Amino acid sequence: MASLDRVKVLVLGDSGVGKSSLVHLICQNQVFGNPSWTVGCSVDVRVQDYKEGTPEEKTFYIELWDIGGSVGSASSIKSTRAVFYNSVNGIILVHDLTNKKSSQNLYRWSMEALNKDSSPTGVIVSNGDYDREQFVENAVPLLLIGTKFDQIPENKRSEVLTRTAFLSEDFNAEEINLDCTNPRYFAAGTSNAVKLSRFFDKVIEKRYFTRDSSQMTGFTDRKRFNFKSLHYD
Amino acid sequence: MKLLSVFVLTINFFFFFFAYFVQVLFFGFGWLFFMRQLFKDYEVRQYVVQVVFSVTFAFSCTMFELIIFEILGALSSTSRYFHWKLNLYVILLVLIFVVPFYIGYFVVSNIRLLQRQKLLFACMVWFTFMYFFWKLGDPFPILSPKHGILSIEQLISRVGVIGVTLMALLSGFGAVNCPYTYMSYFLRNVTDSDILALERRLLQTMDMIVSKKKRIAMTRRQMYQRGEDQNKQTGFWGMIKSVTSTQTGSENLSLIQQEVDALEELSRQLFLETVDLQATKERIEYSKTFQGKYFNFLGYFFSIYCVWKIFMVKFWSQHISFILVGIIIVTSIRGLLITLTKFFYAISSSKSSNVIVLVLAQIMGMYFVSSVLLMRMSMPLEYRSIVTEVLGELQFNFYHRWFDVIFLVSALSSILFLYLAHKQAPEKHMAI
Repeated sequence: MASLDRVKVLVLGDSGVGKSSLVHLICQNQVFGNPSWTVGCSVDVRVQDYKEGTPEEKTFYIELWDIGGSVGSASSIKSTRAVFYNSVNGIILVHDLTNKKSSQNLYRWSMEALNKDSSPTGVIVSNGDYDREQFVENAVPLLLIGTKFDQIPENKRSEVLTRTAFLSEDFNAEEINLDCTNPRYFAAGTSNAVKLSRFFDKVIEKRYFTRDSSQMTGFTDRKRFNFKSLHYD
Repeated sequence: MKLLSVFVLTINFFFFFFAYFVQVLFFGFGWLFFMRQLFKDYEVRQYVVQVVFSVTFAFSCTMFELIIFEILGALSSTSRYFHWKLNLYVILLVLIFVVPFYIGYFVVSNIRLLQRQKLLFACMVWFTFMYFFWKLGDPFPILSPKHGILSIEQLISRVGVIGVTLMALLSGFGAVNCPYTYMSYFLRNVTDSDILALERRLLQTMDMIVSKKKRIAMTRRQMYQRGEDQNKQTGFWGMIKSVTSTQTGSENLSLIQQEVDALEELSRQLFLETVDLQATKERIEYSKTFQGKYFNFLGYFFSIYCVWKIFMVKFWSQHISFILVGIIIVTSIRGLLITLTKFFYAISSSKSSNVIVLVLAQIMGMYFVSSVLLMRMSMPLEYRSIVTEVLGELQFNFYHRWFDVIFLVSALSSILFLYLAHKQAPEKHMAI
């Protein structure tokens, strides 16, 4: 388990949407009994079988970095958070289906995380406006997860699902809608589990098996990446 | 003669209209403040919270407006008296009945167990609040014995005690914290390399957490796989093997888990320290700008004023002190709103935001009511009569003495607290 084997995925979203519960569900297949406010960053690890069931199956460790806070935090908190955004291989955007603002804030979250990588001085270069082109050709795979699905009344479901469909189009990402207190949503064989597994496979593929994803990795990572691609091909 | 009275009537009508228009303006301002500042990042689901907050703000500000009218001599004294009474009744109604009830209601809504009988539990919470609120009157000599049980003085006196305590605590802390924050003399010297070193430590800690969690995940996976194999193992020997191997596996796990917990606590502390350093660095940069220098100068000025206040020199003549009343009103409203906003951002989440806004509205209302009580002392004699008349025969001197005592206590304990915090901080960073 060399430290070079790292695959890092950020989990971003407003406070209170359920990121910690979600990460716990993804990594431990158990419901999180004691959620409390995340200070700073909390990491968990998922064991992912890349290309499961095929002869090329290999086990990877995916690190899920769950970052606490809100988009409106003080700039000192934002500058400190930026430390966690280095060399990211994938991003999971989490929003609360019962709270429209949390979905809107995802644009700001993604700008915050992605802009950090493209400017080494740490200064946010864009004027904060959302740029759709950036997401279409983005090298970092995104996944959109909506939580608290069970709290939406039946008659409002189609409206909410339409809204999230637009959102996933904007981010050019797959979407999953679930309730973090129910492990049934990620049971083996469900479409959600398949989507999640596909997302992680895509992240691993971009990290190790393609030649032009180096936009997101730093200069030193590039050297390691070339070595790895020789090794695995 | 008739022309004069018509003229006076139109002037009165103008002020009347102006008064209500301004009240609507206050309401609108409270609404805007709520939407743009407090609830910028949250979704407003319960409009009643927004309405209650704006109403509290509007009626609180109206009280100040009435004091100004008193001094300007606008409107006739009977209509002023009427407006005072009306405003006071509304404010008391809101502060004692509406806001506490809604606070109880939203707190109960957040607790899953009590979801079903929300209204009932909210009423129970409100009755408990009323009981303690009433009991508050016992230890304080605030009423003369000739007042009845349900008179307005009973309510005002208690609201006054709570509000005055709050004001004194905040003023005492503010008097000490304001110079400490803005004066560059106290700013610790923070360099970029300090911040980088802390960030590096933070990332190293995260890396250690990750590697330990990988070990845990791998061990659990192996145990799980072995668990499947164990079902196929039969016989005496198989059973013994299965018992021993799982035991060492889970012992190892709990050890590593303990290490992980300790490391996570460390990472949280490092994160908070880094945030602190970043904030100090930003403050240093701000102090070099023109705005920063201006506030630095103000800081010196205010610190002298505050120190003077701490030693309670009552030397001002009546009319100069009245100008100060005006300044104090504006700066305290502004200061209160800024403090409330910062506090709100620090502790709120989408679950508790409603409760917190209502608590803020309650504090704001009580603060403003007691400002009026205390301001009476700074007002010139001829304007004090209306306040005395409206608020009834309360023991005003008690409130002033109480304010001074709490102010002193709060200021001294803030000095102690800040001194300890200031001393501890540089040593923490030396220990790298």
